[in-house]
Amino acid sequence: MRRIRFEKTGNAVWISHLDLMRTMQRAFRRAGLLLQHTQGYHPRAYVAMALPLPVGTASRCELMEFELAEGPADTAALPALLNPVLPAGIRCLEGYDGGEKLRELAYLRARVTLEYDRGVPDGAEAAISALLSGPALVVEKKSKAGPVEQDIRPMLREWTLTRPDGGTLALEAVVCAQNPSLNPDLLAAAVARHLPAMAPDFAATERLAFYNGSGAVFR
Amino acid sequence: MHTTMQRILTRVQKPARYVGGEYNQIVKDRAAVDVRVAFCFPDTYEIGMSNLGMRILYGVMNAMPNVWCERVFAPWGDMEAEMRRAALPLWALESHDPVRDFDLIAFTVGYEMSYTNILNMLDLAGVPLRASERTGLHGLVFAGGVCCTCNPEPLADFVDFFSLGEGEESTVEVLELYARAKAAGWSKVQFLQEAAKLEGIYVPSLYDHAYGPDGRLASITPHPGAPARVTKRIVRDLDRAFYPVHDLVPSTEIVHDRTNVELFRGCIRGCRFCQAGFCYRPVRARSVDCLTETAEAALAAAGSHELTLSSLSTSDYRELPALTDRLLAYCDGRKINLSLPSLRADNFSRELMHKVQTVRKSGLTFAPEAGTQRLRDVINKNVTEAEILETCATAFAGGWSSVKLYFMLGLPTETDEDVLGIADLVYKILRTWRETATARKRGCHISVATAYFVPKPFTPFQWEAQIPPEEYTRRQRLLKEHMPSRSVDYKWHAPELSRLEAVLARGDRRLGPVLEWAVRHGARLDAWDEYFRHDVWMDAFRACGVDPDFYTGAIPEDAVLPWETVDVGIGRRFLLRERRLAYEGRTTPDCRQRCAGCGADGLNEGVACHA
Repeated sequence: MRRIRFEKTGNAVWISHLDLMRTMQRAFRRAGLLLQHTQGYHPRAYVAMALPLPVGTASRCELMEFELAEGPADTAALPALLNPVLPAGIRCLEGYDGGEKLRELAYLRARVTLEYDRGVPDGAEAAISALLSGPALVVEKKSKAGPVEQDIRPMLREWTLTRPDGGTLALEAVVCAQNPSLNPDLLAAAVARHLPAMAPDFAATERLAFYNGSGAVFR
Repeated sequence: MHTTMQRILTRVQKPARYVGGEYNQIVKDRAAVDVRVAFCFPDTYEIGMSNLGMRILYGVMNAMPNVWCERVFAPWGDMEAEMRRAALPLWALESHDPVRDFDLIAFTVGYEMSYTNILNMLDLAGVPLRASERTGLHGLVFAGGVCCTCNPEPLADFVDFFSLGEGEESTVEVLELYARAKAAGWSKVQFLQEAAKLEGIYVPSLYDHAYGPDGRLASITPHPGAPARVTKRIVRDLDRAFYPVHDLVPSTEIVHDRTNVELFRGCIRGCRFCQAGFCYRPVRARSVDCLTETAEAALAAAGSHELTLSSLSTSDYRELPALTDRLLAYCDGRKINLSLPSLRADNFSRELMHKVQTVRKSGLTFAPEAGTQRLRDVINKNVTEAEILETCATAFAGGWSSVKLYFMLGLPTETDEDVLGIADLVYKILRTWRETATARKRGCHISVATAYFVPKPFTPFQWEAQIPPEEYTRRQRLLKEHMPSRSVDYKWHAPELSRLEAVLARGDRRLGPVLEWAVRHGARLDAWDEYFRHDVWMDAFRACGVDPDFYTGAIPEDAVLPWETVDVGIGRRFLLRERRLAYEGRTTPDCRQRCAGCGADGLNEGVACHA
């Protein structure tokens, strides 16, 4: 198998996971690369994404796994072929063969941006820091059986809180990525739930990096 | 900080529809162009991006160095609610600039039930709905497409000028004129008077419509300088016409998500109910060489894995075997599916079916339209029961097991016997399956759909009444009772929408206030069941004092027709002759067997009709 790390930013964040798969399959064809197809009655091009990205979340670290039926042997050369034929906002960063098993992917570094239209409230940093440092952080999570209460604190490995400008707080966090996983959006939801006065007017998440169990960048 | 638009996008369904940025979208420097066009499709992104005409004209306009044409689609209800709440005006996808800032706002209109979307989109853009309320040269609204070509009058209050027929050439001419007008500082009136001199451009404000005491249109009077009739434009040589080879590739799923090549325009068949069959005439075909080159280039440019051939009747392309051979030679090794829609039952050959099967088995679809041979002769649908059953037998023997059938109820002269003939035909197809099927495991699936006949302008049935909705429902129930229930999935159109379609299709200028009232009171996205508000429409007719039944009734042959200013190339005498033949149950051979003398070859100026 071959792997490509790519970013999905700007207007491309609105492309859904399924649409992204289709978009990638077409980009390969436009680049003159024929993907390996599944066998069977309806052959399908095989492309897999490491962890599906929610609509609206940007990422600098998406991983795509695939195999070519036809094309150059050198996977490192593929980004240069794909980038000119990808829609705005999707850009391949590196290509390599093999790589760690996807189940070894353990942690995600993400930046959650909290936006305050009337400026960051006084004391917000201290209050949010105290909240995240507490023993438990219970949020309401959607499940098939309806909303359930869940303590997400054990899945939050480390975090920093900064103020890039007067209206924004940036919460950069390393969270569990698989088994169980924490959607970083829930960190903003936790702030809104437990600190209503510090609830942001808008929150957005960006994935920055994946790590393996020993804390090294997952490749 | 995220913008209002970005924040809204997190809360709506399928946000990718609203942001542009797709591969091959065209972005220009605002400061380097003279004319900016907001090209609007009055339905959702998924529908509009599937429209070949829009893709062609997007390319044609952007091929002009001084013009930047951008796309605009109707937002879905959730997005519209968010936009209105945030007072966010409708924007164009490429630049995200508000539509109201554009020089020209264009619409392509292919379906009567999208009229409310036109008004609603103008309203969302913050542009006055009525042409008379837009006084400057900036923000002119023009429209084209099959509905505007065949009867622009219901939209006459809202559209400054119409582009009739095929827009590849006239759009360029009108944009060049606009660029000159803008540079010279012309008034709107001055521009419209000059535009009316261009072939195929119809300026409704230059015509007065007067109504008689009987409520019918009494006269149409052109202002001095305006032509008495405006003839639709056609492209003479399709091989040399612009084709969108480097086409936009949507990043989200659309209805027709595949590469498309257009075989020919026009139709040789002459089905008497079919507006498309007449108003796209004369027949003009592309060559096999052109189509093969175009298909290969377009597939490579888009990276799609499916190719489809578009025309009104694929089987009527003279060189279809040669074309499919060449296309399959390209597609096979590349795992590209070739689909052949609009095949006719009469010459759907075993060979062709076998060829398509080599890539992928698509469904089998027929449109017999009527259940008995008598009624098929009336409507000139020259397909026999024997042909349908033979084709089904071939298909079932070849491993197909599902068939889709389309019919209409309420066709002129239809009796209960004709209605029951549909059920009878379905029984015979089921029997054919039992006798010939090779893939029996999963059984036979027949889908039957019946539509409610809508008489349309520029067809031999343009003077016919639409049967009342109660009568349509009675016939539909009668058919339902007699339809074999096992293996058959029977669906029918609800009468309300087709009733309204009939009103708008043959409507006149008095429908303008009705449209406006309906939109002001919540009508939009009428073609979508979840948004169609029949009650709002009925209130609109009442509030405006307009009787919808007036428009669905029979029209006397000597009446002045609202669409008479338009010349689509089809002669009135030909339509009347065809109407008589219909009542006599006599068919007209297709144009290839014998020219029926419709008159459309007169549009070609020395170039023969390719029928």
